[in-house]
Amino acid sequence: MPTLQEIALKTSGADARIVSGHRMCSGCGIGSIIKTVLAASDKPVIVISATGCLEVVTTIYPFTAWNTPWMHVTFENAASVAAGVEAAYKALKRRGKIEGDVNILAVAGDGGTYDIGFQALSGALERRHKFMYLAYDNEGYMNTGNQRSGATPFGASTTTVPAGKISLGKPQWRKNLVEIVAAHRIPYVAQAAVNNTIDLYKKAQKGFNADGPAVLVVLQPCTSNWSFDSSLTIQYSKLAIETNFWPLYEIENGVVHVNTKPSNRKPIEDFLKGQSRFRHLFKPGNEHVIVEMQKMIDDEWARLLKLEESGIQL
Amino acid sequence: MGVRKAITGAQAAAEAMRQINPDVVVAYPITPQTPIVEEFAKYVADGVVDTEMVPVESEHSAMSAAVGAETAGARAMSATSSQGLALMWEVVAATPGLRLPIVVSLVNRALSAPINIHCDHSDVMGVTTVGWVQIFSENAQEVYENTLLAVRVAEDSRVQLPVMVNQDGFITSHAVEPVEIFDDALVEKFVGVRSLDRALLDVEHAKSVGPLVLPDHYFEFKRAQEEAMSKVFEVYREVGTELSAITGKQYPFFETYHTDDAEAVVVVLNSAAGTAKAAVDAMRAQGKRVGLLKPILFRPFPYAEIREALKDIPVIGVLDRSMDFGACAPVYSEFRNALWALGKRPAMQSYIYGLGGRDIMTTEIEAVFEELLSGKLDAEHQRYIGLRG
Ligand SMILES: Cc1ncc(C[n+]2csc(CCOP(=O)(O)OP(=O)(O)O)c2C)c(N)n1
Ligand code: SF4
Ligand SMILES: [Mg+2]
Repeated sequence: MPTLQEIALKTSGADARIVSGHRMCSGCGIGSIIKTVLAASDKPVIVISATGCLEVVTTIYPFTAWNTPWMHVTFENAASVAAGVEAAYKALKRRGKIEGDVNILAVAGDGGTYDIGFQALSGALERRHKFMYLAYDNEGYMNTGNQRSGATPFGASTTTVPAGKISLGKPQWRKNLVEIVAAHRIPYVAQAAVNNTIDLYKKAQKGFNADGPAVLVVLQPCTSNWSFDSSLTIQYSKLAIETNFWPLYEIENGVVHVNTKPSNRKPIEDFLKGQSRFRHLFKPGNEHVIVEMQKMIDDEWARLLKLEESGIQL
Repeated sequence: MGVRKAITGAQAAAEAMRQINPDVVVAYPITPQTPIVEEFAKYVADGVVDTEMVPVESEHSAMSAAVGAETAGARAMSATSSQGLALMWEVVAATPGLRLPIVVSLVNRALSAPINIHCDHSDVMGVTTVGWVQIFSENAQEVYENTLLAVRVAEDSRVQLPVMVNQDGFITSHAVEPVEIFDDALVEKFVGVRSLDRALLDVEHAKSVGPLVLPDHYFEFKRAQEEAMSKVFEVYREVGTELSAITGKQYPFFETYHTDDAEAVVVVLNSAAGTAKAAVDAMRAQGKRVGLLKPILFRPFPYAEIREALKDIPVIGVLDRSMDFGACAPVYSEFRNALWALGKRPAMQSYIYGLGGRDIMTTEIEAVFEELLSGKLDAEHQRYIGLRG
């Protein structure tokens, strides 16, 4: 397994598959995620991006930050475009028109994955196209100004479900994409986060090498819309793990493995503090929301551990 | 000389696809397009073709996967109808801007609501503004030949645009007719292979396709797209000449039938043109000088050629199988536009017929001719053929 230094070398310099000069907000976690994932491929990678921050900030014509073949079509079809690329790859290879192996990576935000692109993802997984799907999850539609998505956590204030005099923000829990994906019985699905590069790198390697489709869901704190200082991205990602808000785990051929088990889980307030989307929860009278959140997180964590212990193949 | 087979319009499309043997076919079933996909799936299952077939979970994904495959460097084809086209609209609209020469068989069917599975042209007329080349086919034979032609027009380096080949749902798609299928080897040579020079799979030359283009460049992209569309005329003629060498037929932008000395001409797309020919024959037998113009290439629209063909016709009736609610019907609009530049313009009448698959009879078209010849026209209002009172 490479060291951080070795990964860093692969993600910079002339051979890097994505280079600097893009227009991500300073401190945005997407850059580190995509760089790390791309570096984990030992074959050329073809990237299919959904509409969203990554696409918008890396390709404002006539510039591009991509040093690897890249394509964008619409918001909800990264998985089906990737399926078409894979079909073309198989056909052209069979007919002797191309040589060499490639990896195909579809990338979308949480909106492009949990919501509008969900059907395309499910179809592509069910058909078992050989590709990896990466969802960078910033828990909302960030490119368009922090609207609610199916990944937005309970209690978060967004521009479409703002906290207000009679609203506490999003009243529903986020959906568990990893388990839904696992229900497709694909060889590999994992949850990772931007702060743990080595874990992310390993998971990306496993995903690329899987015998079939693979999915990575990676937490990416958004400095602009969670509004924290741009130096704190990694800190927030770390807190998400230390509070069990975002467990690092993987499901390999149906078997659950929890990668990190915080010895002393921190209270959820530690993660919520300083983020504008949760500010209203700290107002007097709203304590019950945090209590409810804490309970849900602890229940989910206990459930995950039980799942792992059981050894049941999902 | 080819082999004559008794097949439907849908099978004719599938026969063309068999001979093209595309790298990738992506499709989702919808009546009346389904038999095309089913027929082609059999070819795949029996190893008659070695196409990679992707049976996707929706039409949106069908068009998306076709776009992915074509960008990767493959020759990709698909087929759909009505609701399917409506669902894939977003990607249909993106395809010409990406300059991808995808060929789609469109089996024309009425759009919901109310839901109806039968023929009209409301599906295709909803996409004529987005930049696909549109070719219409009167019968199964034309479906077959137009599909072969479409691949070459689409992929020509001057064009690089997607093409839809239209046929009437059920009337053409499900009716058995004798169709002459030309020699496999000759057709294979004619369609050739798609060049890989723009392929995303050319990993040595990384390209970024489909970037965000802001007001400083977007306009130029669209102007270039229009330029490519204008090249279709010459390419269509050249490719048509090449195809003639195999088929012995002509590939004009439109067909005229007894228009030379005509006092009244009817304009109608697809299968109803066959009905109109029978009406013309019946009227001619009574000594009435009437004729037909059947548009084939509808996008780009051959304004100048149409104007030339109709410049001496005193009265023209245009029959539309769809409406543009609150405005002139789509085919009528184009013909009015084409003829506007004439010094002496013909009288014109717009007719709507056949919505949701309502039959149109030769007698009804004869009645149209009688009306056109009588001069009792109403330029301000469209008239309806076969509508119950
Ligand atoms: C069909 C369609 N609907 C809506 C939009 C507008 N839109 C563009 S990006 C986006 C949000 C993307 O959210 P997400 O996938 O989470 O990515 P992020 O912006 O957070 O990177 C929306 C709503 C669109 N481009 N296409
Ligand atoms: S808005 Fe958020 S997700 Fe988008 S580029 Fe900025 S920090 Fe990254
Ligand atoms: Mg998002």
